[in-house]
Amino acid sequence: MRADKIFKFSFWKIVSVIIIICGLFSTYYRFTKGLGTTTNLTDKVPWGLWIGFDFLGVGLAAAGFTIAATVHIFNLHRFEPIVRPAVLTAFIGYSLVIGLLVVDLGRPENFWHPLVMWNVHSVMFEITWCIICYTTVLLLEFAPVILEKLNLKAPILLLKKISIPIVIAGVLFSTLHQSSFGSLYLITPGRLHPLWYSSILPIHFYISCIAAGLSMIIFESYLNARAFYSGLRLKILSELSLVVLFVLIIEFLLKFIDFIFSDKLMLLFTASMETSLFYLEIIIGTIIPIIILSNKNNRENKGMLFVASGMVISGFILNRMNVCITGMAASSGVNYFPSIDEITITFMLLVFALLAFRFVVRNFRVFQDEEILIRLISLPETEEQLEVSK
Amino acid sequence: MSKQKGILFDATLCIGCGACYEGCKQKNKLTQTNKDFLSDHLSDDTYTTIELYGDIYARKLCMHCDEPTCVSVCPVGAFSKSETGAVVYDGNKCIGCRYCMQACPHKVPRYKWETAKPVICKCNMCDERIKIGKIPACAEACPTEATLFGDLDDIIQVAKRRIKENKRNYYPHIYGLEEAGGSHVLILSPVPFEKLGYTPHLPKEPMPMLTMNAMDKIPPIIGVGGLFLGGMFWLTKRKNQIAREEAGKKKELQNHESR
Repeated sequence: MRADKIFKFSFWKIVSVIIIICGLFSTYYRFTKGLGTTTNLTDKVPWGLWIGFDFLGVGLAAAGFTIAATVHIFNLHRFEPIVRPAVLTAFIGYSLVIGLLVVDLGRPENFWHPLVMWNVHSVMFEITWCIICYTTVLLLEFAPVILEKLNLKAPILLLKKISIPIVIAGVLFSTLHQSSFGSLYLITPGRLHPLWYSSILPIHFYISCIAAGLSMIIFESYLNARAFYSGLRLKILSELSLVVLFVLIIEFLLKFIDFIFSDKLMLLFTASMETSLFYLEIIIGTIIPIIILSNKNNRENKGMLFVASGMVISGFILNRMNVCITGMAASSGVNYFPSIDEITITFMLLVFALLAFRFVVRNFRVFQDEEILIRLISLPETEEQLEVSK
Repeated sequence: MSKQKGILFDATLCIGCGACYEGCKQKNKLTQTNKDFLSDHLSDDTYTTIELYGDIYARKLCMHCDEPTCVSVCPVGAFSKSETGAVVYDGNKCIGCRYCMQACPHKVPRYKWETAKPVICKCNMCDERIKIGKIPACAEACPTEATLFGDLDDIIQVAKRRIKENKRNYYPHIYGLEEAGGSHVLILSPVPFEKLGYTPHLPKEPMPMLTMNAMDKIPPIIGVGGLFLGGMFWLTKRKNQIAREEAGKKKELQNHESR
C-alpha cells in the first residue's frame, strides 16, 4: 500500500508546503495581533469561516458514530470493513475542529473553563463537553489500530472489553453534539433567515449529518480505491448508498412539512439571494442525489456513487455555510467575506488533516484488503484467538 | 439593596447634549472615539450612544434583560444578573466564543477585537456604584429627566403615568416592558420604536426559553438512547448467537444423517 499515489504530482506537494508556510505566518499574526487585525470578523459578524468549518468538520465526521453503531450495536458485521475509515475520518474531523477552535476562540488558553465553570443552560457548554468527550471516545475506538501495529495485546483486550459502552457513549455524545449545532441557532429567530431558521433546527442538523457522513465514507473509499488500486467494496458501499437515499428522502420530507407547518412556503417564491442559495443547496444536496440513488443500477455503479456522494457533501457544505454565514448576512447589515489570514489558516488545517489521514492510512491497517478482512472480521474475542490470528 | 433597579429613557425629553455619553466615558475610563458623539456607535470603547433620527434623539445601551440571553448562552457563566438588576460580565471567566454577541436580541455586546487578550465590552449599569448607593454615571449627568434611574417598579409607574398624562406626545408603548421577556431599561418615544433603531417584533417570552426547551431534552435522550442502544446490542447479539447455534445444530444433524 503506497499512499504517495494520492500526491502523485509533486505539484501538490509544493502547493501544500506553500499553504502550510502561509498558514503558519497567519497563525503567528493571529496570536500576536489578535482577531481584529487578522480576520474580517466584526461586532456585527462575530462568527465567520472558522465556525462554519467547525460545523463541516463535525458533520462530515458523522459516519464515525453511525457505522460504529451499525457494526457493534446492531451487530451487522458485514459493515466491519468501513468501521476503521469511518472512525479515522471522525477523529481527524474532530481534531480539525479543535484546531479551528484554538484559533477562533478569543481566549483559547481558557478552553478548559467550561469543565469547571458550569452553565448547564448554555448550548455552547453542551458543545464543549461533547467535543471533549467524543474526541476521547474516538481516540479509544481508534486506539486498537495503533496498538495492533505496536503489537501491544493487553491494552487491545482491555479496550475490547469496554468497547460496547464506549460505542454507546460515542453514539450519545454525537447525537447531542450534531443536533446542538442546530440548537445554537434556536436563540436567533430574528437574525437567521427564515428559510433556515426552524424550531426543529436540531433535528434538521442531526438528519442531514447522517447522510453527509455516510456519503463522506463512499467518497473516501472511491478516492482511496483509485489511489491504492485496491478493490472497492462495492457491495457494502451500494448498501450504504441505499441508507443515504433513505435519509435524504426523510430529510427532504421533513423540511417540506416544516415549511408547511410554519407557513413559510411563500418564501420559496420570493426572489432573493437567499432563495436562490436555498434552491442550490436543496437541488445539489438532496434532489439530484435522490434521483441518482433511486436507480438500482446507479447504486451499483462506482462512478455514479462517487458523483452522488460528492453532491450530498457539497449540499451539506452549502447548507452549513448558509446557516452560519449567508443566512445571517441580511440581518447583520454587512457582507462578510473571510480575510486572507482566515482562509490560509483554514487551508493549512485542511492540509494537516489530509496529511494526517494519508499518514495513518499508509502506516496502519485502515482500509483493509478483503482477504485480511475475512481473517480479522472482528477483533479477536479471546487471547487464544489473538494467538491464532497471528 | 433589596429592590431591583432600572433606567427609564424618555426620547421626548432628550435634548441631545451628550452628557450621558461623556459621563459614561469618564466613569468607565474609555478613550474618545468620535469628536461628534451623535455619529458614534456602540463599540468596545463606547457603552452608550445617542443617535439622531430626524429630530429625535435615541439612546442606545445594554437593556439589562430580566432573563438575559447572554447569561443563558454563556458556556462558562461569565455573565450574571446582579442583585441590583444589572447584567454584569466577568472577563476572567470568558473563553471568547462570542455566542453572547450572536445571541443578544438587542445586539449589544461588543468585542475588543484589536488585542490578543480580548474581552466583551458593554454597559453594566454602573453596578458597583449602585451597590454603594450612588446612581449610574449617565443618569447623574443627565440635565433633564430623559435618563431616569430608580427602583424598577417606580420607573415603570413613571413611564405609565407619562404616557397617560400626555397621550399626544407619546407612542403608546413602553419598549422593554415586555420585549424579550422584559428588561431593566425602559424606553419611551414619540414615534414607533423601529423608527429609532430599536429591534422590533421581539417575542414576549424570554429568549432563553428557546434553547432551554432543547436543552431539557438532553437527559431523556441520554436515558432512553442509552437503554435503546444497550437493548439493541443485547437483542441483535442474541439473535446472531441463536442463528449460529441453529446453523451449528443443522450442520451436526446433516453430518449425522450423512453418516
